[in-house]
Formats: sequence, C-alpha cells, structure tokens
Amino acid sequence: MQMSATQPSSEIAYNGPMKILVIEDDREAADYLQKAFTEAGHTAHVAGDGETGFALADAGDYDVMVIDRMMPRRDGLSVIAGLRSRGNTTPVLILSALGEVDDRVTGLRAGGDDYLTKPYAFSELLARVEVLNRRASAKEAETVYRVGDLELDRLSHSVRRAAREITLQPREFRLLEYLMRHAGQVVTRTMLLENVWDYHFDPQTNVIDVHVSRLRGKIEKGFDKPILHTVRGAGYMLKGG
Amino acid sequence: MALSVPAIMRTTAARLSALYLLLFALCAVLLVFYMTSLSARMLTAQTQETINDEVLGLARAYQRGGLPVLVRVVENRSRQPGANLYLIADANGQILTGNVQSLEPGVIDTEGWTTEPFSYKRFGEGELDRLRSGTSDQTPPPATGENAVPAEGEKGHNAIALVLRLPNQMIMLVGRDLGEPERFRAVIRRALTLALGMMGLGGLLIWFFVGRAALKRIDSVSEASRRIMGGDLSGRLPVTGAGDEFDRLSENLNSMLARIATLNEGLKQVSDNIAHDLKTPLTRLRNRAEATLSGKHKPADYRQALEGTIAESDQLIKTFNAILMISRLEAGYSSEHTNRVDLAAAVRDVAELYEPVAEEAGVSLEADVNGAFLVDGNRELIGQALSNIVDNAIKYSTDSTSKPAVRVTLERTHGEIRLCVVDNGQGIPDDADRARATERFVRLEKSRSQPGSGLGLSLAKAVMSFHHGRLDLLPGNPGLSVVMSFPAREDH
Repeated sequence: MQMSATQPSSEIAYNGPMKILVIEDDREAADYLQKAFTEAGHTAHVAGDGETGFALADAGDYDVMVIDRMMPRRDGLSVIAGLRSRGNTTPVLILSALGEVDDRVTGLRAGGDDYLTKPYAFSELLARVEVLNRRASAKEAETVYRVGDLELDRLSHSVRRAAREITLQPREFRLLEYLMRHAGQVVTRTMLLENVWDYHFDPQTNVIDVHVSRLRGKIEKGFDKPILHTVRGAGYMLKGG
Repeated sequence: MALSVPAIMRTTAARLSALYLLLFALCAVLLVFYMTSLSARMLTAQTQETINDEVLGLARAYQRGGLPVLVRVVENRSRQPGANLYLIADANGQILTGNVQSLEPGVIDTEGWTTEPFSYKRFGEGELDRLRSGTSDQTPPPATGENAVPAEGEKGHNAIALVLRLPNQMIMLVGRDLGEPERFRAVIRRALTLALGMMGLGGLLIWFFVGRAALKRIDSVSEASRRIMGGDLSGRLPVTGAGDEFDRLSENLNSMLARIATLNEGLKQVSDNIAHDLKTPLTRLRNRAEATLSGKHKPADYRQALEGTIAESDQLIKTFNAILMISRLEAGYSSEHTNRVDLAAAVRDVAELYEPVAEEAGVSLEADVNGAFLVDGNRELIGQALSNIVDNAIKYSTDSTSKPAVRVTLERTHGEIRLCVVDNGQGIPDDADRARATERFVRLEKSRSQPGSGLGLSLAKAVMSFHHGRLDLLPGNPGLSVVMSFPAREDH
C-alpha cells in the first residue's frame, strides 16, 4: 500500500486527514457536515445535487464519499451506480431516511459500502467514514493482527498478549478481530452489533457495552497498560501504547 | 323519463340486451325464410307428384280407348270437386272440355311444366254442363284471347300444370290449384311471424326485468360506495345472499373495505400514540432547554443540559423508529425478504448476545435448544423480537423470590414451532393486564420504574403477525411465559 511508508506503525490504522465528498441536497445538513468534518481534521467538499456530485466525484480524488439517497435531479443510488460503472471504487456511505432492511440491502447492492439512517449522530457518521477510508482498509488480507503487545492469529484462532495465551469465546474472538482490524479508529456500538453479530436493530439494553467490558477484562487483566479504550459519546478504540 | 331512457341505454345490460335482441331477430327472420321456402319447395314437389299420377291415369285411359275415353274421363273428373285442373283444347288453343274456364295467355303454348304459377278461372258449379249442352249464353272465350285474364275483383286462382300435346295435336293440361299450399304457407308464415313477435316481446320483457334488476343492484353498489367515499367508512356494500357474482364482488369489496378500515384504524392509533408519547418527551426537551437558557449557569451545566438533550432526542428517535416499524409490519411488510431461518440458531445468537447482561444482573440465562427449527421468516426481525422479549425477561426476573432465571425453549407441536421465554419473576398475575401488555405504549404499573419505550412487546407482536404467527403471554408459575408460535415449514 502506498501510504504504509508514511505510517508510523503498521498496527495503527491511518488516521490522517481525509478528502471527503458530501453529496446532500439539504443545504443546512451539508454545511453542518462540512463544518464537522473540518473540525475533525478532514477536508470536505459539498455538492448540492446528484448531477454536480457525480461530476465532482468523477473528477476528484476522494477518500470517502457521503451520499444522500434521495435528491432532486439525480438520486444517490443512480450516482453511485454511475460512478461504479465508470470504475470509480471510492468507498461510499449512503445516508437515508429509509431504514428498512430491504432499503439497506438495495443501497448496498447499488454499490454503497455502508448505510446510515437519518437522523444519525455525527460521531457515528465520523467513525464509519474513518473506517471506510480506502487508505485505511489494508488489513483484510493480513492473517495476524498486532496492536501493541496484543497479537491475534486469524488462522489458528489464537490470541496472545505479551506472549501470554488468552482464551476467548468465539464471539469474543470476532469482537476482538473487528476491533483490531480497525485499531486506532473509533468503533461504535452499532458498528459492532452490525459487524460482529450481524444485527441492525437497537437493542433495548446496551448489550454491547457488557460484551466489550468482558473482553476488556480478558485482554487487560494482569497487564499494566490499558489497550481497549472507551471513547466518550462515540464508542471504543483499540490502541497500543 | 326523458332523461332516464338514455341512462338505461348507456348501461351494459341494455347494450347487451339490444345486441342479443338484434342477433336473435336476425336468426328468427332467417329461420322464417328457410322454413317457408323449404315448405314451398316441398309442397310444389308434392303437387307435381299428384299431377304426374293424374297424367299417368289419363294416359292409361287414352291407351284403353283413345281420345273419346280420355275426354270422358276428363269430363268425369272435372265434375268432381277438388283442386285438380283439367283442360283439353284443340290445336288452336280453343278450350274443348275441362273445368278451366279461362287462363293466362300463353300457358298452353309450350309443352311441359309451367315455369311459374299462372292464374286461371274455373267454371262454377254446373257451368261445365251448360258449356257441354250448349245452353249457355256465354260462349267460352278463347284461351289465348284478351279476355282470358280473370276480371279485376274476381277471385283469380293460381295453379301449376303439366301441358301435353296429344297425338292429334290437341292440347291437354293437367294442373293443380295452389290455393291450398299457399294457404298452408301463409299459415306457416303467420305462425312464424307471431312466434318471432312473441320472442321479441319476451326479449324486451326479460331485458326490462333482468337488465333493470342488474342495473338496480349496480346502482345500489355505487350508491353504497359513494356513501363510503363520503366518509362513512363503516358502510358496506349490500350482499343479497344469492351467492351470485354481484354478491361475490360485494363480499370482496367489503373485505377490502374492512382491511382499509383496519389500516386506517391502525394509522389513527399510531398518530394518537405519536401525539401522546412523543409530545411528552418533546415537552420535556423544550422545558429543559428553556430552563437552561434562563438564569446563569456554569459552562459545565450547559454541557450537561446539551448532553441530556441529545440523549432525550436519541430516545425519541428510537421510539419513533419503533412506532414506524410496528406500523409497517402490521400494514403488511413485503414478504419477499423472508427466507429460511433456523430458530435454534436465532435463539443461540440472542442468548449469546444477552448472556453477559444476564450474568451482570445475576440472572441465569438458559437456552435449551438442540437441532434445527426451520421457519420462513426474517432473521433480523425475529432477532429483534426475541431480544426484546429476553431483555424484558431478564429485567423482570430480578424480583424473583428464588434465584432469578430465564429459560428459552423451542418445541414443535401441532404444525407449530413454539419458542418460549420463561422467567421466574413476579409475572403479570392479572389476566387483563397480561392481555394489555402487548398493546402499544402500555407500561404496566411496576414497569414504570424500568427504562423502555413500552413498545418492546408490541414490536414483538407485530413481528409475529408478520410471520403469520402469534405472541401469547401465559402465566409462568411463577413469572411470565412469553410464547412465540411460528407456523412450521411444510417441508419439515
């Protein structure tokens, strides 16, 4: 990967500034996103309709695109399909007021990489966009994940920290695997529920917190340094010292 | 009435009746023509046969005794009453004997069958005798003469005949009056015309009664639908009980109306509930913001107020999503997103998801499932419903008198798969309360202290109705038993 040379350590995902394209017809929402992305250290361009957005996306070199599904002149799904047919592989997060299971499926089938239902918390959107960042997702092919002194072998399903074997339940293994794949990035509770449990609903009780704290107990107990951090108001982040 | 006639003509019944009437009349007219022409041909053939027989008899008489015998036989036969015509004329066409007084000119000029019926005049009673005895003051006119044509007003007769030339160049004509067959034909024609008229009249009457009856029923249906469109949604189309297509149509439309009324009722309930249950937190939200703005506060207070606002709006969004989802499920969510779901796997997933929560709450969560329990469904929806139920069970088992426990079991009974979530808490002892617990926003008294929107069980119930199943709350002895009954897949 081109960017790996500039990264301080391969175990930390690239979290540098991203170039984001926001295609959203609601002026106020678009301005808010632009401001919030800028505050988070990224560069965001805004297009107010599908046609303009398509032209910008086609010409520019963006890391991630956030595309509203329902827009005048050209709807989001058609923009995505158009871009994909032109060989554009930039990750896309679809924003939509439609939140049914089939709406999500349709959106992802059209070429979207993630789907977020309005209204959303910006922290959720930011976490998802950072995970989508095409320069960060290089770990799919790796068989061993390392974060600090924590090591996870995807083939032998073994986890060790500082050479000490840690026994995990299958689901705890998958939870840690996801957190390690996105080490250095904020991972929200809904992202965990979606990616580890494959459920897209909001549980009444925050079941994920309990799972994470149990996992934390296993990978932190007996070690000096915390490695699984809680990010207030957003989610969790696995980060080596 | 001037207006109602075109209105009647515009109806399908009237148009169909008119078309049938027309076709029917056409057929009847064709039938009359066919019958009359057929009978005419048959009668002509019969007449010719009679004449042939007669000629054969006369020929035999001629063979027996030559011309004198023939003349005598002809004279004898002429005197007998009947429809037969006899005439013997000389070579010039002068009538010598027979019962024909005069006939159309030219009839006896050509030998063989007369091509057309011809008119003639017959001797009256005794006239022939006078002719023969020569006492008549009236000389018989020549058959070819001008005055051979029957006088106007005098009843002429029509006949057909066979004209023969005798060996001595005399002309013999044997014919038969057509009066009788023509009367017969007239009778047939009259009978057929009468029948046709009666059929037409009958058709008109049937159209009037049947068509009008149909028209009246259609009118009553459209009247009823106008009333319903006017806002009377409880109105229904009339069903006569005859079980005919009108009744079937009305019944189908009625069940459609019932479905619409149910959906409408659901919509009304949703808007009522939204009004009630969203207004309360919205008011709280607004009051909190207002209270924060008025008076002086430390920055930390503002921060806390804003965080509270966000938490409150998140809860609002959750409630709103749940309401929307319940409504969509109840309105008949598209079933194309169902596939084969293993309930055992769903139970294991949800139990695994909730196990740490249960453990933290000191509740033992037991999922006693083995094998596969396949249903047609949506994994996501089943997971959500089951997690709501398990979530409730964990919360309410904590007030158990013994060690809190939740058990999830799966069993197959009577074509159903029953998924039971049983807790050993206090349960819902009151039957009416238990029945009410799945209604939207119903939060029984003791649950008020627990967090929740009051939509968890309603959502589970909606999910079960989407899966053509049931959600039952039974006394768990102690505690509560929540039973999700799914129809089993037929191939299993």
